[in-house]
Amino acid sequence: MHVTSDKFSDNARAAIADPQLQTGLFVFGKIFPLLREATVGKLPEFDALRDAAKDIKVHTLNNLGTYLEAFEARVEEAGGRVHWARTAEEANTIVEKLCAEAEARNIIKSKSMVTEELELNDHLIGKGYNVVETDLGEYIIQLRKEKPFHIVGPALHLTAGQVSETFYEAHKPLGRTEKVEDKVKLVEEARIVLRERFKQADVGITGANFLVAETGQVAIITNEGNADLTATLPKRHIVVTGIEKIVPTLDDLSVFLRILPRSATGQETSNYVSLYSGPRRARDADGPAQFDIVLVDNGRTDMLGTPVEEMLRCIRCGACLNACPVFTTVGGQSYGSVYSGPMGSVWTPALASVSSAAKLPNASSFCGKCEEVCPVRIPLPSMMRHWREKEFEAHLTPAGQRWGLGIWAWLGRHPSLYRTATNLAGIGLRLMAHTRNGRRMVTKLPFIGSGWTQSRDLAAPPEPSFLSQYREGRRR
Amino acid sequence: MEVPRRMSGKSVKDGSGTGKSVGLFVTCLVNTMRPRVGFATLKLLEEAGFEVTVPAGQTCCGQPNYNAGDREAAKDFARRFAREFSQFDHVVAPSGSCAAMIRVHHPRLFDADDPDKELVDAVAARTHELTSFLTDVAGVRTTGTATSETLTYHDSCSGLRELKVKQQPRTLLRAAGAEITEMEDAEVCCGFGGLFCVKYPDISGEMVRKKSDEVVKSGAGAVVTGDVGCLLNIEGALARRNDPVRAYHVAEVLAGMTDDKPRNEDDA
Repeated sequence: MHVTSDKFSDNARAAIADPQLQTGLFVFGKIFPLLREATVGKLPEFDALRDAAKDIKVHTLNNLGTYLEAFEARVEEAGGRVHWARTAEEANTIVEKLCAEAEARNIIKSKSMVTEELELNDHLIGKGYNVVETDLGEYIIQLRKEKPFHIVGPALHLTAGQVSETFYEAHKPLGRTEKVEDKVKLVEEARIVLRERFKQADVGITGANFLVAETGQVAIITNEGNADLTATLPKRHIVVTGIEKIVPTLDDLSVFLRILPRSATGQETSNYVSLYSGPRRARDADGPAQFDIVLVDNGRTDMLGTPVEEMLRCIRCGACLNACPVFTTVGGQSYGSVYSGPMGSVWTPALASVSSAAKLPNASSFCGKCEEVCPVRIPLPSMMRHWREKEFEAHLTPAGQRWGLGIWAWLGRHPSLYRTATNLAGIGLRLMAHTRNGRRMVTKLPFIGSGWTQSRDLAAPPEPSFLSQYREGRRR
Repeated sequence: MEVPRRMSGKSVKDGSGTGKSVGLFVTCLVNTMRPRVGFATLKLLEEAGFEVTVPAGQTCCGQPNYNAGDREAAKDFARRFAREFSQFDHVVAPSGSCAAMIRVHHPRLFDADDPDKELVDAVAARTHELTSFLTDVAGVRTTGTATSETLTYHDSCSGLRELKVKQQPRTLLRAAGAEITEMEDAEVCCGFGGLFCVKYPDISGEMVRKKSDEVVKSGAGAVVTGDVGCLLNIEGALARRNDPVRAYHVAEVLAGMTDDKPRNEDDA
């Protein structure tokens, strides 16, 4: 997984300065949470369902091998095949081999975060295949060569004008010379262009929201219907999915079907919920002749038994992104990883490395809103703190910060020096302060404090520290 | 009330929390940046009938080190804190964030077989944020002074989500005669976040800009909060935009100590 999170601060600054992007972020930060609140409010048992979902996931992760093997057996009984991929390279090679077997040229895909993680498109395109995303948002960002902005709404940050421009340039070679601006017309244009792709496709690649061990079924939950066309029209259907998507039974699945759309988009249910159980049978009117599932590990089993194991409960609903004041200020692409926001700040270091992604778990004020909304109750701030501990242990924390924390810890062991130091800090601030609106304010701080005074003043303490005044006998 | 009570010879409390002795933890930011909040807290606790002691050996709850990944230093802070505050019936802090660090996070730092675990857990269980202590533990119905200003309350994240502090400060403020006009997004983080505000000043600055917008839109004369960190952040953003809206800690309002003038130390 290619990670560019070292540029997080610069990306964030640019995102904050981009008014168009900020308008798009309003949808995530305001509208989705309001819709979520409204639909959750209509379901009194929502919290009980969250507990049930968490329990199911905990149980499944404790018996992961058992359920995955049961799943494999059911898939094979239905005439499908299961392939196990330890790494991204293995997964990409397996998919490539399956496409070659099918003598494919044209591949269609429905939106799948795990294939973004694997960078499967780049791999297949590099091998000479035509690969087209069929989810509208994913199609747009594919044309723009961008990474998804959000795990649920990959292109929701773009304006109709930007999409119009993108379509005009991309569809010109297809003979579409009229520039379309109207939103409905833009969707229509995408539909017309993509219809040809669907017709030509030899292989359809989808992800999976859930895998059901009991029945060997793959559950796909979408709003656009493109996943179902991708799964059923081409002669070969390849499902690429992470091993953590498994649940034991259909009853268990029903719990997730109730919490996922509510958490993601505030819908009571999504437009399409489909269960796929292998290739076309003799009596079926349609469906793919071959059905293959690639179960991807890519670092997931390494998380088992570690303090970030609970992250494997994640169902990719994006509720934590919409709730996060940092995500809704800087947007998904600032993170430099396909997984962004609070969930991405835990996934990315686990799947890539702490050293390449250390900025992400630090990009949180630990406000706790992500944990409050997570439908499977993942303690996201604690997981981010775990990565900060790993960063600190590996001496990757910036030297200035490390040094400051060391001094602070030393002062903590010497209370009288702590009192002196805090008094001196107050004196220093009073010396730097000047009167502003009748109050003594510091408007420019040196060193690490310069970040603070970049966008706000600091009220200088008007008096010596509490502990020194108390020591002198002041009580009121 | 002028002499600090000596708590010598008392053994570790069992956590039943029925006694009258309170160890006041003034927190680093109160101590350094807003001492008046400490004196206001002292006043409120004493008026509620508690015997308040400020242990001289107190320093920090360890939150900066803990959140920066420096777990060993955080444990050291927690151990020292527990020893310093072991002899009181209750420990009170005018901060949701520091109280949550002690109450929720200190116990998590120690393994079950750690010799300090029992003491840390016992002190954690007796530690409270000020307004939740006054209402939920002490059963105080009214305290403090009326204010003529309309107030808007910012819910500080740790107090709100880790300690469920939401209605307590509002109840006390209303009982004291204050009128509260709720701002939009009162529960959204102001962007302080400890070291977050200096590690990511652009993001933090944008978050507090949005927050100060909401404060101003509420039409209140002052924004009130239970944490000096958030307070300094919002106050600083309001000052930068030359806005006259004031920012107070809830203890300052309840204790009638919202005067911005430096205090004459001869009054003590």
